[in-house]
Amino acid sequence: MSWEPVIGLEIHVQLKTRTKMFCRCPVGFGAPENTQTCPVCLGFPGALPVPNRTAIEWVVKLGLALGCQIAPRAVFARKNYFYPDLPKGYQISQYDLPSCTNGNVIVPLPDGEHAVGIVRAHLEEDAAKNTHVGGRSGRIGGADYTLVDYNRGGTPLVEIVTEPDIHSAEEAKRFLQLLRQTIVELGISDAEMEKGTLRVDANVSVRPEGSNELRTRTEIKNMNSFSHIARGIEAEVERQVALWESGGKVEQHTYDFDVATGILTARREKEEADDYRYFPEPDLVPVEPPPELVDRMRAELPELPAERIRRIAETLDHERALVLVTGGLDALWHETVAAGADGMAASNVIANQLVGAGVDPASVSAAELAKLVGARERIPRKVFDEAIGKVGDAGFAAEPYLAQEAVSDAGALEPIVDAVLAANPAQVEQYRAGKDGLLGFFVGQVMKETRGQADARAVNELVRAKLGSR
Amino acid sequence: MSAVVDTLRLTAEDALGLVDRGEVSPAELHAAYLQAIDEHDGELHAYLRTVEEAEGTSIPIALKDVISTKGVETTAGSRILSGYVPVFDSTVAARCKEAGLTLLGKTNTDEFAMGSSTENSAFGPSRNPWDPTRVPGGSGGGTAAAVSGGLAPWGLGSDTGGSIKQPSALCGNVGLRPTYGTVSRYGIVAFASSLDQVGPVAKTVRDVALLYGMVSGRDPADSTTVEVDEPVRLPTDERLDGLRIGVPRQAVALEAIEPGVREAFEATIGLAEELGADVGECDLPLSFDYGMPCYYLIAPAEASSNLARYDGVRYGLREDAETYRGMVERTRDAGFGDEPKRRIMLGTYALSAGYYDAYYGQAQRVRTLIVREHAAAFETFDVLATPTSPTVAFALGDKAADPLAMYACDLLTIPSCLAGLPGLSVPCGFSEGLPVGLQLIGPQFGENVLFRAGHALERALDLDLVPERLR
Amino acid sequence: MAITRDQVVHVARLARLDLSEEELARLTGELGAILDAVSKVSELDLADVPPTSHPLDLANVWDEDVPHDALPLDDVLRNAPSAESGMFKVPPTV
Repeated sequence: MSWEPVIGLEIHVQLKTRTKMFCRCPVGFGAPENTQTCPVCLGFPGALPVPNRTAIEWVVKLGLALGCQIAPRAVFARKNYFYPDLPKGYQISQYDLPSCTNGNVIVPLPDGEHAVGIVRAHLEEDAAKNTHVGGRSGRIGGADYTLVDYNRGGTPLVEIVTEPDIHSAEEAKRFLQLLRQTIVELGISDAEMEKGTLRVDANVSVRPEGSNELRTRTEIKNMNSFSHIARGIEAEVERQVALWESGGKVEQHTYDFDVATGILTARREKEEADDYRYFPEPDLVPVEPPPELVDRMRAELPELPAERIRRIAETLDHERALVLVTGGLDALWHETVAAGADGMAASNVIANQLVGAGVDPASVSAAELAKLVGARERIPRKVFDEAIGKVGDAGFAAEPYLAQEAVSDAGALEPIVDAVLAANPAQVEQYRAGKDGLLGFFVGQVMKETRGQADARAVNELVRAKLGSR
Repeated sequence: MSAVVDTLRLTAEDALGLVDRGEVSPAELHAAYLQAIDEHDGELHAYLRTVEEAEGTSIPIALKDVISTKGVETTAGSRILSGYVPVFDSTVAARCKEAGLTLLGKTNTDEFAMGSSTENSAFGPSRNPWDPTRVPGGSGGGTAAAVSGGLAPWGLGSDTGGSIKQPSALCGNVGLRPTYGTVSRYGIVAFASSLDQVGPVAKTVRDVALLYGMVSGRDPADSTTVEVDEPVRLPTDERLDGLRIGVPRQAVALEAIEPGVREAFEATIGLAEELGADVGECDLPLSFDYGMPCYYLIAPAEASSNLARYDGVRYGLREDAETYRGMVERTRDAGFGDEPKRRIMLGTYALSAGYYDAYYGQAQRVRTLIVREHAAAFETFDVLATPTSPTVAFALGDKAADPLAMYACDLLTIPSCLAGLPGLSVPCGFSEGLPVGLQLIGPQFGENVLFRAGHALERALDLDLVPERLR
Repeated sequence: MAITRDQVVHVARLARLDLSEEELARLTGELGAILDAVSKVSELDLADVPPTSHPLDLANVWDEDVPHDALPLDDVLRNAPSAESGMFKVPPTV
């Protein structure tokens, strides 16, 4: 029996507005506890919410970027439950009438494009921060007491819910990379999982390949990176398939995934099911985005990542396109190619060497980089690497580096090649016996001997010639 | 001092005049009221606490204890907020300060403004100045008792289903429930957000109009407020020519209305006609029949959510326990009285899974019908008139054991509250020696029409509104 | 429209009220009577009637994204039943 994973994602994006969603307390990290609070976000008696205009504009912008319909009338709703990090005893969110619905994100995959439906995107406020003290440190079980800091409480969040249109862990990862890139380019959030400005929960089920059914799904929470998520999904899919195949049944649970051990742990069952008793927030009036606002947000949209991947993939291949765009490198790539560099070579240099050297793409002169790319085969590797390391510096010029030709004169190289071959008779034997890969070894040895000054291609030819026909 | 300041008869306008002309200083005036409180509030228990220092340049004011006052304890009549001292002023309290008014004290209220007699206050009931064995009405019985008992020139209350209007009727003074959205709720301990409104209570319609002018108007801190386009017109006209008054058939047909109340009401309607008003009947077929059930679904539902913040974490009462949940449950059980518990339970149920559509959802639709019925009536009439309360003040303990009987006190005030419309209660006569109130309901933003109508009737009736036993 | 004791217990849990036996019994009766009265709303066929959440026909009320002064920590904690290190202290959640 062949099984297909059915995955939906629930994503929370913390918006980088200056103030909170329903009060004008400043938002930001690092302030001493409870110093970014007011009667509203503390839930004092009589306090009332006032929405943040920028947050409202940004959810429209995000909705447009996700291909959503912008609701002509969006209504805030109360989600009622009790927890120390929820001062009012309810969270102001959106329920029946969210800001955005019915979108889709095209995820370019090696085997073609795949659309992932977006059910909705809505605005809500973040909870405060609980710190559990005593007991085993960091773990909730066995805590002696809890301390609450309301600084984070009230920060604007956008919750995005996808359709269960994702069918592999890899696809989930690509979708998230694309989504994150989009969000960052819109300028509405830093969307970093490590910092908690992007949070992802996965809903996972499986079904027999080819069927349309939707079986019981489970939820995996608290994953800290895209890789973590992919592995968690894989582990859960495996678990579910094993369960079905052994005649068992998947039960609805929420799991935590420990990426170090690969173990999924079911959370404690709650005493009773949540009943959030949603109802329209009577302290707030509906949001009816004027056409002017929607048009303005639409005009502010950059060309979206999926589009750009598609375009670049026409010249390069899909994988390279994905890497360039999701790394925020494609603008530089376009400029470098426009300045005369070969597309493939430029892509390799930018995605590998440039990134590896930690250079900020925005600081690079494309024209100079193009020169370097063009000279990559010709100049010594060491010189090239040094140049790449500095290419982001102000006023960088490629010229001095280009002047250094790699040694390609056979006369200079031949003795060194001979010496290397003589010093490694075993490898010569193996090469002659058919182990072609050792060519790289010999070339590498020569490069080492010449401290990177040799022209790799010339060395390659020489070694081949010396080892001759077999 | 008491020769100049007869707190039983002094209107706010009179008092403002005294201070303006320098005949009395704000401090002296404040002291005079404190003295009256000292002498008489032991009996009336209108106040939960008074403020010694007269901070202000104008006359004193009493504020219902659901109105947050910075640095002054605010309990909403509940144990769960006993000792709670707000660190911020409600917008209306701030506006009173800006106008120079001095805070006299915080008046008693049914717990969380839930009630019609002030008997639900965790700190003991208030008493009617006309007859201390009777209730002053509720939830704002404290403010009304203070105004009629000569313990404040005027005050602010809050009205959700009649909590300003009904006590004014029972105590014999004037109370305005403003158009929803014209007075800020920021800092008002919330009961039902789509129904709560803060409003003035005073001895005369002009006083009420004056105070309304001081506190009304859009507040950026309350998203549900709007600017009041038409400035307040202090009424002067003593005739009602051209005013079209509609009397809802279904309201006056209610059996619950006592004969004495009906008589005083009808006599006043007759008087209005003599003053030149055009009186006619109108039909609000569903509003008075379905208003109560509708209100007692919506208000408790909103309240159940608004009262969730009282959990012992950040302020107010806390009962200790081993776990957070235990602490919350015990705190709420110990801190809330019976009526809030009833309404929290009712509201939670009405919103819960499987019941929302039939209860809360349905009530919201009934509410739409009530809004429409009133709007239709105002196409033909300028104001609607009903008795404010079906009965005069009843005896303490009479209805306390029967929640539904208590809820029925609001039969006549509730429908227009659901529609967000303004309502003014003016004294219109007596029955068995106790005051009867007339409720004038206006269209949205129709306060000036109400003031005009109320003032003319007030002048024509010329009732002595000082409780007989205190004269 | 009676409400059962079990339903009352369930609602009390949702509302985080630790009711005594006496309260549970009394409330079951009282709530039953009140629900009877308010159920009247279901007599009306209102399928075509939209719900009213606000008596005023308002939309688009919001504020510019400009920070105000936060409350001083002293004020934040002034009414706190229990605090430690500038934070509100509560018993553990499990």
